[in-house]
Amino acid sequence: MSGVPRVVLVDDHGLFRSGVRAELGRQVEVVGEADDVQPAIDLIASVVPDVVLLDVHLPGGGGQAVVQAIRAAHPSVRFLALSASDAPEDVIAVIRAGARGYVTKTISTPELADAIRRIAAGDAVFSHRLAGFVLDAFASSEGSADVKPSFDPELDQLTSREREVLRLIAQGYTYKEIARELYISVKTVESHVSSVLRKLQLSSRHQLTRWAAERRLT
Amino acid sequence: MEDPARWERDHDSFGPWHRGPFGHPHRGPFWLRHRGSGGPLRRDTADRLAGGVAAGVAAWRGFSVNTVRIVFVLAAVVTGGFGVPLYVAAWLLIPAAGEDGSIASRARSDSAGIGLAAALATLFAFVLFVAGVFNEGWPSGWAWPQVFTVAGLTLIWRNASAEEQATLRRLAEPVSGAGVVRPGRRSAIRLTIAGVLVFGGAGWLASAHQSLALLRPLGGVLLVIAGLVLLLGPWWLRIARDLVLERQARVRAEERADIAARVHDSVLQTLALIQRRADDPQKVIQLARLQERELRSWLFEGRDPADVDMTLAAGVRQIQQDVESRYGVPVEAVTVGDCELDESLNALLAAAREATVNAAKWSGASTISLFAEVEPDSVSLVVRDRGKGFDPSAVPEDRKGLAESVHGRMTRRGGTAVVTSAVGEGTKVSLKMPRSAVSGSRAGGPS
Repeated sequence: MSGVPRVVLVDDHGLFRSGVRAELGRQVEVVGEADDVQPAIDLIASVVPDVVLLDVHLPGGGGQAVVQAIRAAHPSVRFLALSASDAPEDVIAVIRAGARGYVTKTISTPELADAIRRIAAGDAVFSHRLAGFVLDAFASSEGSADVKPSFDPELDQLTSREREVLRLIAQGYTYKEIARELYISVKTVESHVSSVLRKLQLSSRHQLTRWAAERRLT
Repeated sequence: MEDPARWERDHDSFGPWHRGPFGHPHRGPFWLRHRGSGGPLRRDTADRLAGGVAAGVAAWRGFSVNTVRIVFVLAAVVTGGFGVPLYVAAWLLIPAAGEDGSIASRARSDSAGIGLAAALATLFAFVLFVAGVFNEGWPSGWAWPQVFTVAGLTLIWRNASAEEQATLRRLAEPVSGAGVVRPGRRSAIRLTIAGVLVFGGAGWLASAHQSLALLRPLGGVLLVIAGLVLLLGPWWLRIARDLVLERQARVRAEERADIAARVHDSVLQTLALIQRRADDPQKVIQLARLQERELRSWLFEGRDPADVDMTLAAGVRQIQQDVESRYGVPVEAVTVGDCELDESLNALLAAAREATVNAAKWSGASTISLFAEVEPDSVSLVVRDRGKGFDPSAVPEDRKGLAESVHGRMTRRGGTAVVTSAVGEGTKVSLKMPRSAVSGSRAGGPS
């Protein structure tokens, strides 16, 4: 990847697409737009962008259908999920399908551009709400019937450092602020977030699988 | 900010003396009268002990009613009773709240009343004259001025408002009403005994010129007092009871107004929020439910809406909605886990609300973030803004108030509050409250 990231916009609202395109301006190179699942799959397969800005809700199925169709053939394409809704089942489903980040549509333009750059560089992007969901989903629930007896502690639990990072993200801290707050480098913060993302995608915790199942995704 | 009340006060500061009680009364609507914010001087008949002059002055200049009353009584005592006729004059000359004119101004234009007063005075003068002819010892020296009293009372009676007529009637009852109301057997006996005592005592006093011991007049005085108590006692009791009943009615009216204001406020607030969120049916339903529950519990169970059937997440949401709608600053709220509220968690929410409102008012930040996390043995809440911030070592007085109220609320329940801030880097208020064993937990998401 060199220079500005090449981006495809997938959203069923034309107004929103043109708005994002205008606001991002020259910070990214928009190489295509699509308004539904099948056109998006075809377009992404042909242009192979760095990042796909993907609406969680599409008329022809959830955004995760696009992620699933593309991931096997084009592992280099990274997805950043965008949504107006904060419903955990939507967010967790598209993350577990393989998206590397999630932001709400209320995000400011500089923050969105920053998130796209981060995703293109292979990092993960968590909105403060996603951080809250993840903390919720991984909260220790000893004595609760929810916990499967056969969970993998490596994947099914967060380290205390990961927890701290997520808490600060949930409080609206930027990576730079988190690094200063915890006396670690920004790179370390990024690696913590990426590790949380991996656990989020691979863990078999009941909360995550249930949310995924509600969106017909296993 | 412009203060409309002050403008009105300045504008009207000469009003009462120029055009108020004398001549042309001010005919403005009485609801323009603010408590303590000037406006025309009016007697306050709703909060009166006698004529409502003290209450009126208090409302006019914003003093405490009791202070004005004490000053009036002291003035009356110091001037050797001269203040009393002044008070009566004020009562006559100052219009009551809600009425067009004073009693005096109405009396002047009441030609029929003037005629009646003149007739009564003439009749009374005639009676006095005849009595004087037949009875040499009649103390005509003080009787003749009573002619004017009769005329004056007639005019006052005719021109007082219905409510004040009732009071006057009550005051005049032992003189006039005792004979009019058909006396029962018991009150007849009472009146007879009282009469015997009064006249006996008076006779005893009169006969005790020089010849008898000093004890005699004392006994006479005691008899007169006993007679007066018998005669007037029930009437005094009734006046006292009426006063109490009037007070109770007023308290009830105030309570009703309080309820109306409160219901009005909360329902209107929610309706405004619903209008703002009209495009989000989920939110609208949630708001409506919340309001319904709040209203029900407050109306029918008398519980404070703040701690009814709420969970921590709902409490955080409410802070978010309140601050957003009241101060127009977006609040990003994230809640991890949830649990039932108890007293200490209510204190935690109250402290968080203080901190959030403070951030919305003073920090100048474009958003405020509110993060709550329920852990097995404690609940933490962080309120953070990227606003102006302040230097904690040089805390101005207004900020100290916040620190105290937030800190005080938390430490009283065994919690902690840490405020960190630096100029230009925003403020962070971290609150942590230990959980009591009883509150049920829903940590780990909805299950």
